[in-house]
Amino acid sequence: MSFHPKMAYDATFQKSARPLEDEGPAFVYTPANRARFDEIVRRYPPDRRRSAVLPALYLAQQQQGYITANAIRHVAGLVGITRAEVEDVVSFYTMFYTKPVGTFVLQVCRTLSCALNGAERVTEELSAKIGIPPGQTDPSGTFTLLEVECLGACDRAPVVMVNDAWHENVKPGDAARLVDDLRSRGEAALSGCHHVIEQKR
Amino acid sequence: MEPLLTRYVREPNAFTLDFYLRHQGYEGFRKALAMTPDEVIEAVKASGLRGRGGAGFPTGMKWQFVDKKSPNPKYIACNADESEPGTFKDHLLMERNPHLLIEGCAIGCYAIGAKIAYIYVRGEFLHVQEVLERAIAEAYARGFLGRNVLGSGFDCDVYVHRGAGAYEAGEETALLESLEGKRAQPRNKPPFPAVVGLYNCPTAVNNVETLSNVPLILLNGAEWFAGLGPEKNGGPKLYCVSGHVRRPGVYEASMKITLRELIEGHAGGVREGRTLKAVIPGGSSVPCLLPDQLDTQASFDGIQKAGSLLGSAGIVVLDDTTCMVWLAENLLHFYRHESCGKCTPCREGTDWLHKILRRIEGGGGQLRDLDLLSSISGNVAGKTLCAFGDAAVTPVLTTLKHFRHEYEAHIREGRCTLPAPWRATRALEGVH
Ligand SMILES: Cc1cc2nc3c(=O)[nH]c(=O)nc-3n(C[C@H](O)[C@H](O)[C@H](O)COP(=O)(O)O)c2cc1C
Ligand code: SF4
Ligand code: FES
Repeated sequence: MSFHPKMAYDATFQKSARPLEDEGPAFVYTPANRARFDEIVRRYPPDRRRSAVLPALYLAQQQQGYITANAIRHVAGLVGITRAEVEDVVSFYTMFYTKPVGTFVLQVCRTLSCALNGAERVTEELSAKIGIPPGQTDPSGTFTLLEVECLGACDRAPVVMVNDAWHENVKPGDAARLVDDLRSRGEAALSGCHHVIEQKR
Repeated sequence: MEPLLTRYVREPNAFTLDFYLRHQGYEGFRKALAMTPDEVIEAVKASGLRGRGGAGFPTGMKWQFVDKKSPNPKYIACNADESEPGTFKDHLLMERNPHLLIEGCAIGCYAIGAKIAYIYVRGEFLHVQEVLERAIAEAYARGFLGRNVLGSGFDCDVYVHRGAGAYEAGEETALLESLEGKRAQPRNKPPFPAVVGLYNCPTAVNNVETLSNVPLILLNGAEWFAGLGPEKNGGPKLYCVSGHVRRPGVYEASMKITLRELIEGHAGGVREGRTLKAVIPGGSSVPCLLPDQLDTQASFDGIQKAGSLLGSAGIVVLDDTTCMVWLAENLLHFYRHESCGKCTPCREGTDWLHKILRRIEGGGGQLRDLDLLSSISGNVAGKTLCAFGDAAVTPVLTTLKHFRHEYEAHIREGRCTLPAPWRATRALEGVH
């Protein structure tokens, strides 16, 4: 007798099933990003330019907000691999976006230590305040709400990453204010709270 | 024990080179440069330093295995991926004491005959990357890195490489693949990285905390280092305590310390009115220990004897409000998401396990699901390319072993029997 159950495989499970939204506008690095890329690629042996593909994609994402097929073509040319090889990388790593995201990407850590300290409730409150379920961007394009796995800051649980900054010890009751503050004051609302906590400890 | 690695982390300028130099900074490196590379490896071997990344493998031996006769360049790859749930020590070291790691990298390069060390930092640690880059620039400016370091004729470069969100990039061969600009999927072993590593060259992969210990060994001697802890568990150790405790944080101690002293002493114990239910002593990938095992010595060997592993020393404390079925579901969500997909038992097994756990937690489970969980776990453990497979089924097996009655209660009552107030109020949705 087989124990194995019939299981439906939903599309969301297939990590590779993240089609690139669009070709996007024509893409080349700004001169500053091109200079930065040329500097980074020198860290690797001359015949190993491929190693620079992650930094190159970060630069593209910084410039354009998300990764398009045209950005992939540009990066592939610069690091000397095929577009398929770059897309292979883009689809594997979670930090590259293949469609537009909000001005503020809120990533709530959902893993054990954060969950034990109320992360599920924080997500619920953020979701109610912004009016979207996790995984979506609100119609105005201001907020994207995501649930992510352990961010490596479990002692300040629950942790919410706002773009590249960490926002720590977030209580469910703080969620609505965080959203309002970000709307009115932008990233200044965070005022390096990570470092403030670091000094106080 | 006085903190050694984290002694200055609360000082406002601890991350600057000037501060570091005033506190014996780069003196271990100077001493190493006056020795032969083999003598440095001998010292690290004699110190008994064991890898802090999870496996506890002796660092000196790992360095000795690096194929010195190879005509190819050698590399150090520092593992700063730190993604094991419950682990947050490397982050603190790099952010507040970056020069200690840079010095460790430089000594490591000298010992194994490498000229380049790459520090692979997880993508979410952007602020850490900035601190490291600044510290590295300072070290170049003062001649601790670059050509002909400190007039010794030895060349050494240290670079930061930023990952992009993948737990599996912490596995040593997956890390090398990622550094080469590919998906973070592991390679077959053997050959081990010490022989065929980065760019097919001999490579030592070492954790941040491991390398940060190396300057201390050179500075104060192998014997001193070994004497700090119990036999074969030398040196200071960083413990990450999180979960249901009053004072979560990173605590540095000798490995002579017990779990009780860490949890009840340093971290202040569980909160008012609560009792301890279980402890995960080494990151989410290790079996849990029960309250009557708290007097276990928190060393590699002590915890192993108690039936678990020290792993990454990520101690997650669970109080009596924690539903263990929910816990397994939470962790399998993690493993299902992070499985790199290269081998079938892990890719499919984690998905099945998670779906079944979700079903039980949501109240739709049946008793035969419990056999199914064991069966699937047994078909994943030991049958995968990397240690991820074994790690992923551990939360299922350990909760089934110690808390089977909770699973049975869920199934009998058709609902979660311990819905804590810190949990979501929404009903469990489908898998997302
Ligand atoms: C799935 C998986 C994830 C891992 N993640 C990490 C990690 O995030 N950081 C780390 O230092 N080691 C991690 N390791 C352990 C590394 O493979 C390797 O053993 C370690 O970097 C060796 O360094 P050490 O000898 O200094 O401990 C992981 C291992 C596995 C199997
Ligand atoms: S065990 Fe899992 S993580 Fe490891 S190689 Fe196989 S699929 Fe990838
Ligand atoms: S569990 Fe949230 S940061 Fe580790």
